[in-house]
Amino acid sequence: MTTLPLRVDGAAKSFGKVQALAGASFEVRPGELLGLLGPNGAGKTTVIKAIAGRLQLDAGTVEVFGRVLTLRDPRPDIGLVPQELAVYPLLTARENLEIFGSLYGVSKADLGKRVAWALQWSDLNDRANEPTKRFSGGMRRRLNIACSLLHQPKLVLLDEPTVGVDPQSRERIYEMLASLRQSGVSIVLTTHHLEEAEQRCDRIVIIDHGTIVAAGTLSELLHSALGNARSVDVRLQSPWPASASRPDGWRVSDDGRVLTVPVANLGKDLAAVLARIDGAGAEVGDVSMRGSTLHDAFIALTGRELRE
Amino acid sequence: MIGTLLRIGFINLSRDRVAQALVFLLPIMFFSIFASIFGNQRDSTSKIKIGVADLDQTDYSRKFTAALAEEGGLKVRTTENEDGTGAVLDRAKAEGLVKNGTVPVAVVLPKGFGSSNRFFSRDASAPKIELLADVSDPIAPQMVQGLLQKVSFTAAPDMLATEGMGMLEKYGGPLTAAQRSSMQEWQKLLADQVQNPDVKAAASNLGPAIEIVNVMQPGYGNVSIVSFYAAGIGVMFLLFSCSGAAGTLLDELETGTLGRLIGSRLGMSGVLFGKWMFLTLMGILQLTVMFTWGALVFHLPLASHLPGFFVMTLFTASAAAAFGLLLATLCGTRAQLSGISTIVILAMSAIGGSMFPRFLMTDTMQKMGLVTFNAWALDGYIKVFWREAPIIDLWPQLLVLTGLCAVFLTGARFFARRWETL
Repeated sequence: MTTLPLRVDGAAKSFGKVQALAGASFEVRPGELLGLLGPNGAGKTTVIKAIAGRLQLDAGTVEVFGRVLTLRDPRPDIGLVPQELAVYPLLTARENLEIFGSLYGVSKADLGKRVAWALQWSDLNDRANEPTKRFSGGMRRRLNIACSLLHQPKLVLLDEPTVGVDPQSRERIYEMLASLRQSGVSIVLTTHHLEEAEQRCDRIVIIDHGTIVAAGTLSELLHSALGNARSVDVRLQSPWPASASRPDGWRVSDDGRVLTVPVANLGKDLAAVLARIDGAGAEVGDVSMRGSTLHDAFIALTGRELRE
Repeated sequence: MIGTLLRIGFINLSRDRVAQALVFLLPIMFFSIFASIFGNQRDSTSKIKIGVADLDQTDYSRKFTAALAEEGGLKVRTTENEDGTGAVLDRAKAEGLVKNGTVPVAVVLPKGFGSSNRFFSRDASAPKIELLADVSDPIAPQMVQGLLQKVSFTAAPDMLATEGMGMLEKYGGPLTAAQRSSMQEWQKLLADQVQNPDVKAAASNLGPAIEIVNVMQPGYGNVSIVSFYAAGIGVMFLLFSCSGAAGTLLDELETGTLGRLIGSRLGMSGVLFGKWMFLTLMGILQLTVMFTWGALVFHLPLASHLPGFFVMTLFTASAAAAFGLLLATLCGTRAQLSGISTIVILAMSAIGGSMFPRFLMTDTMQKMGLVTFNAWALDGYIKVFWREAPIIDLWPQLLVLTGLCAVFLTGARFFARRWETL
């Protein structure tokens, strides 16, 4: 039986009256990229910190490569990439890498090679000797990730690794992560970019109110959250009449001209939908159908209310 | 591991011009200003300027004026301009100089001044010396008045003898021819002494001989006050630079690098220990630069007090470093640290004697000062540079500084606990 890189079981943590984690359980399989999604305040960062040993759980366990860890246990197999750009602005990229490599236990004999690898891997060779305060956000993000990998962890935790970077840098970061996975590293990342999670992650875990509300591949999530439902977009000739009522689940665009309607069985339900629109006094201009997305599943699982 | 933290600290310091200015340049500037005002940089500008209007123009009044000019604490002019040009001063011109602020005091020697009795009796009708004074300066008139008293006796000892003889004959009967001849010989000797610059000092030595002996630092002159300000300003800025540099903890907290450091093998205790080491080394460097500047520019006797200096500097810097860490861990933001440290350090420096020597304060203030870090550090430096105390005599100061260092570090570790789980 293969040892799992990570198993979190029944993790619970409260801050005063606020329960950040309420028995969250999930696992990471060898070599996979797991997306940890959830609304703001759902408990993502809390669970990441608990795994990294920065937080004492009230209850539950964190098991890394078969070993249950306490708060004080060293975690040489884990690399934590914080959401903040945690590099020294007055130090060069090379100096930052040398310093964090040294602090995370890389021997002097290996440090030079690892730093050279990290500069190459993060595409910062040309700027290696410049203070990082002159770097763009994307460059600092890449360096931020590289600083956490010098000790060659087998499990990498990334907290919002692509926040605030342009599409090119984001693409580069995912290329970097793909090359890591090829070397057998397992990755957990939190993100608010649902499309990214949909496209890049092997499996997705959705957390809300401190518990895991769904976990699985994209198709498993869609099926568990939405069943066979599909969405139909109906473009109207004129805005949806304000006086007309709508069945639950029907959504109207801001300009009132597009209706999004969930249908469980397209063949049977579409005619009834069109008849209902006609009965409300609206005229159909066009009808298009699309498959459900992670966004639909996420909203279905976590609701539409704001959390902050 | 600790070496890595020291490397971060020194790289940051070497690339941060503002921090360098705060640590090295600003203390030297302040120290130079204080040392120039109170120390051995005194020159002619610190003498009291006076104008003398000699309306008498007698032999005695001229000797009197010349004797005033010889006084080290006075800069005398008898004409409108300082360089001796311009009209000779009369009463109106002398008064004008006082009124327009050119001199704080003017002396008017009236007509008949040289011919009236002045040493052993004073006629009610005898002309009086006028001291025209700007009373906004409370020191100068008093000092000039004292010097006038002295000079009136020392300017012309031969005339003093002449008047004395006259009084003796008036009340004791006339002298014999032999006595008169001897007295005239003595008078001539006195007059010659006044004119001869080599023996001029002897002529003014009326009354008991007095010599001021510097028992604290024979041979160093005014540098004692310079060493006081080197220590006073040095310790105050040491506290400022340590609290400022300890604020990197708050910067690191904000950027997330503190999380990386805590997450490494160092842990929070290691991080604090590394920071304390860096701040201590920076403090030693800062005080060494400061005292070296004092030695080069203000002749502070650093070379002859090196062991005491290094012992005091080591203990002072380590306690100041711990104090900086305590302040930083008490605060939540850089802005908060900046405000609190400014208030606390300025208050401690004022009470603790960094700005004004504690030995010039009242007893109550001196006792109050002992609650501050500055007072103990300064007492140690004063023992080294003023009292020539051996290192063993520094034990009370070193003990208190070590105790404060331990308390500050313990407090910093306690308050830093909240960051371990961020």
